[in-house]
Amino acid sequence: MARNLHTNLLGIDRAGTLLIRVCSLAQSGCAGGLRVGPYVMTGVAEAWLDVSEDASSLMLRPQGDWVVVHADTIDKALSDIHTFDRKTATFDLSHLSRLDTAGAWLIYRTRRSLERAGAKVTIAGATVPQSTLLNAVAKADRPLRAEPPSGNIFTNLLVRMGSSLDEGARTGRDLVGFFGLVLETLAKTIANPFRMRTTSTVYHMEQTGLNAVPIVSLISFLIGAVLAYQGAEQLRRFGGEVFTVNLVAVSFLREIGILLTAIIVAGRSGSAFTAQIGSMKLREEIDAMRTLGLDPMEVLVLPRVLALLVMMPILGFISAMMGLLGGGLVVWLELGMSPAMYVERVKDAIDVWDAGVAFIKAPVFGLLIAMIGCFEGLKVEGSAESVGQRTTVSVVEGIFTVIVVDAFFSIMFVKLGI
Amino acid sequence: MTRDTIITVRGLRNQFGPQVIHDHLDLDIFRGEVLGIVGGSGTGKSVLLRTILGINRPAAGRVEIFGKARGEMTRAEEQSVERRWGVLFQDGALFSSLTVAQNIQVALKEHLRMPQKLMDEIAAVKIGLVGLPPEAGPKHPSELSGGMRKRAGLARALALDPEIVFLDEPTAGLDPIGASAFDELIKNLQATLGLTVFMVTHDLDSLYAICDRIAVLAEKKVLVTGTIQEMMTQEHPWIREYFHGPRGRAAMAAKSAPPKS
Repeated sequence: MARNLHTNLLGIDRAGTLLIRVCSLAQSGCAGGLRVGPYVMTGVAEAWLDVSEDASSLMLRPQGDWVVVHADTIDKALSDIHTFDRKTATFDLSHLSRLDTAGAWLIYRTRRSLERAGAKVTIAGATVPQSTLLNAVAKADRPLRAEPPSGNIFTNLLVRMGSSLDEGARTGRDLVGFFGLVLETLAKTIANPFRMRTTSTVYHMEQTGLNAVPIVSLISFLIGAVLAYQGAEQLRRFGGEVFTVNLVAVSFLREIGILLTAIIVAGRSGSAFTAQIGSMKLREEIDAMRTLGLDPMEVLVLPRVLALLVMMPILGFISAMMGLLGGGLVVWLELGMSPAMYVERVKDAIDVWDAGVAFIKAPVFGLLIAMIGCFEGLKVEGSAESVGQRTTVSVVEGIFTVIVVDAFFSIMFVKLGI
Repeated sequence: MTRDTIITVRGLRNQFGPQVIHDHLDLDIFRGEVLGIVGGSGTGKSVLLRTILGINRPAAGRVEIFGKARGEMTRAEEQSVERRWGVLFQDGALFSSLTVAQNIQVALKEHLRMPQKLMDEIAAVKIGLVGLPPEAGPKHPSELSGGMRKRAGLARALALDPEIVFLDEPTAGLDPIGASAFDELIKNLQATLGLTVFMVTHDLDSLYAICDRIAVLAEKKVLVTGTIQEMMTQEHPWIREYFHGPRGRAAMAAKSAPPKS
């Protein structure tokens, strides 16, 4: 009355081959089972399963090391076990040399599914630690989700669109609120100048201003040169290559110098502000400050805002000068215009408002970048990942805001005729 | 009873610049025991733990794990050793971007090949074993309390069913009820899984409740090892102060008091 129960399972393991032979009690003397291994892992032997059957019962003999490294293979083997109307099944653990939670779980799970199919399952030959382990695993049997629930893809898309709009609106409103808070703190500090954190402010001036000079200079110089080169190339068609000077001088003084600086500073310092304040927030340093009666706005935010407020015009000026220098070099080499002549023509090309415009915009940009950097830093919560997210948001938001505000300035200056 | 040694430390020397932390430190860890490491702040308990784990490279000395010396192992051997231990760091050190269940599955995914369904089942068992509710599985570490994070960290340490677990101050920062529940948990798991436990602790109640053997770190070495009763008879002033101080006496009284039920 013998019948093979299962014959498949030929998964090949990482390091070894796999054999399966299933035999029944009727064909006595036939050793069977599945073998895994030898695994690379030291101290772990093979795992296999002897399956035998007669008309009314099923005998399962796990052998070897039923441990987590073999879980995959054991899982596949056990999922093919069925009782086929037999009334009883027995797990004989007496030949098992090692059992861990993964192995115990798999035995328990098989027992559960056989019992659900209507068979009576007994476990025989378990040592005391093994049965303790099986009981512990049985107690821990509760279905679980590994990831938070996720819904339908379309509803998710809608939800995400909605929530990002909502988030954007909220951020805008909160930023205005934060701006008010900064102004209030500034007013308080002006009323009580001794509360001003001079050391901190100067430190941030050095970090965000002085240390940014090389990179701002280099980039401005190169952009100035590129602009002059491309401009000369285009203007030559109309025979107006001398106006390259006007192009470089006006665009750098009015727009490019300060915009370029703002973008560099947002990437360099805005992100740094977010990361610094964000990791302080994570380590509860901000909370600690509050409990000590220190106002984070006064201690952390104001020095950074003031530092950028002061340093942006200076950096913008340096950027404009370096842009002019780069443009001048190209004009000299390409058009043969002497440096003295270049300076003369630059003087003719610009009026005082070209520089004035930049000096009006610079502090505003500095304020915006510093504010957004600090604001996003204070919004960090939970995990290290949040610091990264907020830093990204801070840079993107900073650059975006600067460009939007720059557009408004342009319109305003055109209307004012300057 | 012959005891199977799984970790041997001989002549260990650790120093950071001119500051010597350990000098000629010897220690054995036997299979199946719960070893508690005690010592004052700054005596290098955590440094010792990190040295055994291979995170910190010692200036001199020999650390043997499962019979193989650190520094003489190939990368493959090191990895196979790493699969045989689990570590619970002080605040859990769970990966903050993964859920609790995913944290447990990290090692399974990295070292073994198995279907996601089986991994989820194994994660569920581990979460159950450490006494977390199943709802904790899909949560991120930042949504858990300190005690739950410790349990989740322990579940992750147990992911590969290690032979030895290292616990760095497992009960620090837990309330007394949570701390004794955690002690109980470690004791149960130790009995169920046949674990060896290496525990750095300051908690005298833990020492009384679960440690089979205690090693005292002082004067740059392991000064003495022995059971808690043996510690009580030590004459060294620091050990006397530690075990006979007011907290030591309170913990001893709690232990010797008859159980309530």
